[in-house]
Amino acid sequence: MEYIWKGIQEAIVLIISLDAEVFSTVLLSLRISLTATLLASAVGIAMGFVISTHEFPFKRPTITFFNTLLSLPTVVVGLFLYSLLSKQGPIGPLGLLFTPTAMVIGQFVLATPIIVALTISAIQSMDPRVKSTAMTLGAGPVRTALTVLTEARFALMAAVIAGFGRVIAEVGSAMMVGGNIRGFTRTLTTAISLETSKGEIELSLALGMILLFIALVVSIILNRLQQR
Amino acid sequence: MRYKVIGKITFFVFTLIVILSPALFADERVKLSTTTSTENSGLLYELLPPFEKMFNLKVDVVAVGTGKALKLGENGDADIVLVHARNLEDKFVANGYGVNRRDVMHNDFVIIGPSNDPAGITKVKTADDALKSIATKKASFVSRGDKSGTHNKELSLWKKAKVQPSGSWYIESGRGMGEVLIMSHEKGAYALTDRGTYLAFQKGGKINVPILFEGDPSLFNPYGIIAVNPDRHPHVKYVHAMALIGWVTSQQGQRIIAEFGKAKFGAPLFYPDALPNPK
Repeated sequence: MEYIWKGIQEAIVLIISLDAEVFSTVLLSLRISLTATLLASAVGIAMGFVISTHEFPFKRPTITFFNTLLSLPTVVVGLFLYSLLSKQGPIGPLGLLFTPTAMVIGQFVLATPIIVALTISAIQSMDPRVKSTAMTLGAGPVRTALTVLTEARFALMAAVIAGFGRVIAEVGSAMMVGGNIRGFTRTLTTAISLETSKGEIELSLALGMILLFIALVVSIILNRLQQR
Repeated sequence: MRYKVIGKITFFVFTLIVILSPALFADERVKLSTTTSTENSGLLYELLPPFEKMFNLKVDVVAVGTGKALKLGENGDADIVLVHARNLEDKFVANGYGVNRRDVMHNDFVIIGPSNDPAGITKVKTADDALKSIATKKASFVSRGDKSGTHNKELSLWKKAKVQPSGSWYIESGRGMGEVLIMSHEKGAYALTDRGTYLAFQKGGKINVPILFEGDPSLFNPYGIIAVNPDRHPHVKYVHAMALIGWVTSQQGQRIIAEFGKAKFGAPLFYPDALPNPK
């Protein structure tokens, strides 16, 4: 209990004093996770839309595939990317290993399946007449897609929030392809992992609380957007 | 109304992209793969900033176990390695992965354990006997089990003592030094640790475990720095790597190492080795 109490105190001190290192770690976490979520949303919603509104061979297995990817362990993604990005790997010459870009790629891979899967279920649970009505009223394919997606916007926003939740909280891939470099690739989760290994339990707890606080703020913002 | 929503979302997305883009900037950087002890003790936070300022570049520190640190060098994913496992370092150089190895500093390993000392290792004279006694008494012992420099050292000590550690008393944690110290504290188990990390935890009040065995010459813990061979990996920043090796082994660099930890822990955590008579 003492740890938790001290952790709360430390979290408050860190937030109020705008501790420079914590602040830059928070910013980096946000930058990486939001960038990854944005990219994953663009790709995931588009893929989800296409999959759910078209008939094609192996449609069921495709959906099952994305559902399976929901439980993709973050370390496995990290490991896989590591072997691609290492100088010995096929895209090693790009020099992306241990950079924020590599972390964005990892989180993109993690967030996309969630957004695809939730988009599919959002559109499938919609009244199919939305699409046919739009088409009957003379909407082209793009207008039709926009109409359907706008109708499903609440569920889509939930998909985006779920994707963000997955990546802001992950540590496996961030650690493996980011390298936890101070001031460059150290995010809140990798910092927590490091500080715990150093025995700085209170500081770790404080960082954990800051992470939760950030997640709360982002959720509120996205929720506001959803209400409009 | 629906286009208003889309407009808003688009606006939101663009604002975010503008905010986020600096994340992808890159300065002149050089990658140092090293062991957790050098970073976790805080040494690098004092040793690197003057160098970074001098040459206006960033040293990216990837702190992992010695085994992985060397692996990163082998694959060309790091420009320099700073590790502590002399046998592995020599192999690394002999196999053509690294060049220009220099001694940097040393400290020593100690064996810590519960204050009632069930294996009675305070009474023995050599590290061999200490380990033999722990094994015969089947007293709990936490091993790093992670191919780190400390783990490598521990395995060579068991080998030297002609003991094959196994059984429920031998806990292979697969964790870093800090976690092993905490496990030793929580479980009342013996452990091999470098003195630097131990002092940082013990004096910092994170654990309360006494040193039970120390001083055997086989517990010497030297650190070496090696540039990754540019012939093997033409992309590595060899000039930067050599500049960093120059700094770490310079008089000023060695003085920083000698002074580090004195004020906080009452004793230095590392002893400089690169120059004939530091100070």
